[in-house]
Amino acid sequence: MSEPAKITLEVQRYHPEQDSGPRWQRYTVPYTAEMSVLEGLQYIKDHLDGSLTFRWSCRMAICGSCGCMIDGEPELACHVFLRDYAPGPVRVAALDHFPIQRDLVIDHSDFLEKLETVHSYLIPAEERTPADGTHRQTPQAMADYYDYAQCINCLLCYAACPQYGWHPDFAGPAALALLQRYNLDDRDGGHRLRERVIDAEQGVWGCTLVGYCSEVCPKGVDPARAINQNKAGSAARYLLGWWRPGRRRGEDRE
Amino acid sequence: MQAMEQVDCDLVVVGGGGAGLRAAIAAAEQDPGLRVALVSKVVPMRSHTVAAEGGAAGVAREDDSLDGHFNDTVTGGDWLCDQDVVERFVAECTAEMVQLEQWGCPWSRQEDGRIHVRFFGGMTTQRSWYAADKTGFHMLHTLFQTSLRYPGIQRYDEYFCADLLVDDGAVCGVLALEIASGEPVCFTAPAVVLATGGAGRVYGQNTNAGIVTGEGMAMAHAHGVALRDMEFVQWHPTTLPGSGILITEGCRGEGGVLTNRDGRRYLQDYGLGPTEPWPRPKAMELGPRDRLSQAFWYEDQAGRTIATAQGSAVQLDLRHLGEARILERLPMITEVARRYAGVDPVCTPIPVRPAVHYTMGGIPTDARGAAPLDGLFAAGECASTGIHGANRLGSNSLAELLVFGRAAGQAAAEHARSAKRRRQGVLERLAGEALAPRLELLRNERGERLAVLRGELHRIMEQGVGIFRNEQGLDEACRALAALRERLAGGIRLDDRSRTYNTEWLTAMEFQASLQVAETMAWSARARRESRGAHVRNDAYDQRDDERFLVHTLAHPGDGSGPVIEHVPVTITRSTPRRRAYGAEGEGSA
Repeated sequence: MSEPAKITLEVQRYHPEQDSGPRWQRYTVPYTAEMSVLEGLQYIKDHLDGSLTFRWSCRMAICGSCGCMIDGEPELACHVFLRDYAPGPVRVAALDHFPIQRDLVIDHSDFLEKLETVHSYLIPAEERTPADGTHRQTPQAMADYYDYAQCINCLLCYAACPQYGWHPDFAGPAALALLQRYNLDDRDGGHRLRERVIDAEQGVWGCTLVGYCSEVCPKGVDPARAINQNKAGSAARYLLGWWRPGRRRGEDRE
Repeated sequence: MQAMEQVDCDLVVVGGGGAGLRAAIAAAEQDPGLRVALVSKVVPMRSHTVAAEGGAAGVAREDDSLDGHFNDTVTGGDWLCDQDVVERFVAECTAEMVQLEQWGCPWSRQEDGRIHVRFFGGMTTQRSWYAADKTGFHMLHTLFQTSLRYPGIQRYDEYFCADLLVDDGAVCGVLALEIASGEPVCFTAPAVVLATGGAGRVYGQNTNAGIVTGEGMAMAHAHGVALRDMEFVQWHPTTLPGSGILITEGCRGEGGVLTNRDGRRYLQDYGLGPTEPWPRPKAMELGPRDRLSQAFWYEDQAGRTIATAQGSAVQLDLRHLGEARILERLPMITEVARRYAGVDPVCTPIPVRPAVHYTMGGIPTDARGAAPLDGLFAAGECASTGIHGANRLGSNSLAELLVFGRAAGQAAAEHARSAKRRRQGVLERLAGEALAPRLELLRNERGERLAVLRGELHRIMEQGVGIFRNEQGLDEACRALAALRERLAGGIRLDDRSRTYNTEWLTAMEFQASLQVAETMAWSARARRESRGAHVRNDAYDQRDDERFLVHTLAHPGDGSGPVIEHVPVTITRSTPRRRAYGAEGEGSA
C-alpha cells in the first residue's frame, strides 16, 4: 500500500498567558479525500499537540462553532476539505475582527450582546396562548423571511465585513439579518421597536455595501440584502422626521 | 488559597439545548422573580438539538388521536414504556408545538397557511411537525431567541459543569469551570435541572456532536442515582458511512426507499412488507429504527451491501420524489449529501448505514422531571422519563424535550421556592472537594494520551455492545471496560497544563464521564437476557421474555468493581404486551 498523502497546516497560535502576540506553527498530517479541515485540526490535537485549541461540535455545518480563516477566507472548518488545499501548506487562523481568547477561539460576546439589542425574537402582533392555536401563515408569507431564518450565527459574515473591522459598534450582518427575519414575519409586531436600532448610526447606515458578508455565508443567508431593504425605510423615516413637527429621528415611538 | 467565586441563585439549569432552554423559560414564566442560571458548556445555539432534522411529534390531524400516538409509542418501545407517563406526554405534545409556533418557529405549512405534518417511522399517520429538514435547528434558535426576553434567565455560556454539590441527600448547587479562564465557580441553588443530552459519543460511529459525552448522567450516577435502561441505545439506520452524519428519517417520511446491492427493497424480507402500496405507515421504510438497523446488519452479514471507502452501505433512493420536492422538503440533506458524500440525491441514491444516535435510558424521572435525589430534576435525552421504552420512535425526542423540559422547569421552580438553603461553610467545603480531583488532572505527569484511551472505549463498545449482543461479547466488554478504568486511573497525560480555554482538560473530564456511562450500558445489557427493541441478542436470549424481563434496568453505582444491576417493574395502564408487528402483519392489530 502506498503512503497516505500528507499536507501541512500552518495554524495560528496564541496563548494569552505565554505569547505577546499570535504566531504560526506548522503541523504535517496524513489525509484522505473525505477529510475536512476540521478533521485535520482534530488529528493534530489527538496525535501531535493536545494544546491546539479550537471550537467544534456538530461537524456538519449546522451548529456554527468552527468558523475560522482558511487561507485568508472565512470558512467553517467542517465545511471545507483538505484535498482542496493540496499540496498546501494551508493557513488556518482565528476569525478576523474578533479578539482572540486562545489559538483559533475568538471572543464572541460582542455578537451575543448585539443579538439582544436587535430584538431577535418574535414580538407578537397580538397576544395568543396555545389554546388559540397556530397562526395561519402561507408558504408565500413564510418566503418573505425564511432565508434570513437560516442564520446559524457562525460569524463568518463579521469576519468578512470591513465595516465591522473598523467600527465594532456596527450591529453587523447577522444581527441585522435576524432583525429583518422578525420584521418580515407577519406574526410579529415589533418593527417599531427595531426601527430605533435600524436608524441608529450602528444600524443599517454602518454598512457600506461591500456585500462580502453574503458571499461567505455557508447557509445562503443574504445579510447585505436585509440591510438594503432597511435603508429605504430608514431614509423615509429620516425625511419624515424633518417634515413632521415635534418629532425627531431617534425619538421614542412606542 | 483564593476564595472560589460563588453565584447564588434559585435554580440552576445545566445544558442550553432544547430541554434546558424550555425548562429555563418555563421556570421564568411561572415565577418571574426567580433567579435562573443557565449553565452550558457551549453557547446555547451550538447545542446538539441543532442537528435534529426530521420532526417533532404531536397529534394534529383530524383523523389522528392521542390514543394513536400512545399506542404507536408503546408498541414502538416494545412495551417497556411507563404508560402513565406516555399518556401524559402525548396529551401535551401538541400544545407545545403550538407554543413554539407562537414564539416564531417556522414550521412548514400547507398552501392555506395551516401547519403541515409528515410521516415518520412507526407512526400510524402524519404526526411529525417539521421545519423542512432543519427541525431541531429552528426549534433551538426559536427557544434561544425567545429566552432572551426573560430577564430572570442569566446565561453562563461556556461554563463546564464539573459536578453536582450534594449535602445530606439534597442537591444544593453545582461546581462549574469558566472555560475561558479555567477558574472554578460555585453555583448555589436548592434546585438543579440537568438537561445535558445523551452519551452517543461513547461509540465511535455516531450521529452525535462532539459535545454529547454523557456528563449529566455520570454526575447524577456519581451521587448515587441509578441510571435506568442504559442497555437501550438507538442505532439510526440511515447515516453516512465513516462520519455517521445523520440522513433524516424524514427522507423516508417523504417516500424515500432503501435498496441493497441488488436493488431490492430488502426490508420486505424482514417482516416489514409488502412493498406496495407506498408510502404506507408502519411498514417497510416507515418501520421503527431498531428493526431497520437490525435488517441492515443481516444484509451486511449476507454480503448484500455495497462496499464504500468508508465501510459497507445500502442505498437511500429519493430520485422518484423529483427535484422540486427534494429541494423543498429536504434541502439540508441535499446539501449534506452533495458535500459530505459527493452524491446528488436528485440523481443518485445516498449510501447509508446505521450509527449510534440516541440514548433511550438515563436519569430516571417521574412525569414532573424529578429524579430520585432531592432537588434534582432532569429533562431531554439525559433523562429516562419512561416514554421511549426499548426503542424510541423518531420525532418523539424533540417533543419530549419540550414537554418534559417545561414540566421539569416548573417543578424545579416550585421546589426552589420551598426548599431550604445550605449554609455557606458547607457549600465551600463541597465545592472545594469537587474541584480537587479536577485540578489534579492538570498536574498529572504520567499516563496515556486521551485519544488512545478514547479509541479503546470506542473499540470495546462497537465490538461488544453493538446492534447485536451476546453473553460472551458482553462479558468481554465488561472486563475490557474495567481494565480501561484501571488504565484511566493510571493517568491521562495532557499536553496542555494551562487554565485558559483548555479544551484538552475538558475532554479528559468528558472522557471520564463517558467511560462511567459506558459501563452502565454494558452491565445493563449483560443482565438483560432477552431481546427487546433496540437490545437484541444473537445467543440463547434472542426472544422477548415478558415473564422475566418486562422490567426496567437500574444500574446503581457499585463499590469499584462495576455497576450493581437491579430490575424494577414497568408501569402498564391499558396496553397489554403483545407481539410487536409491522407491515402487513401489524395492520389491524393496533
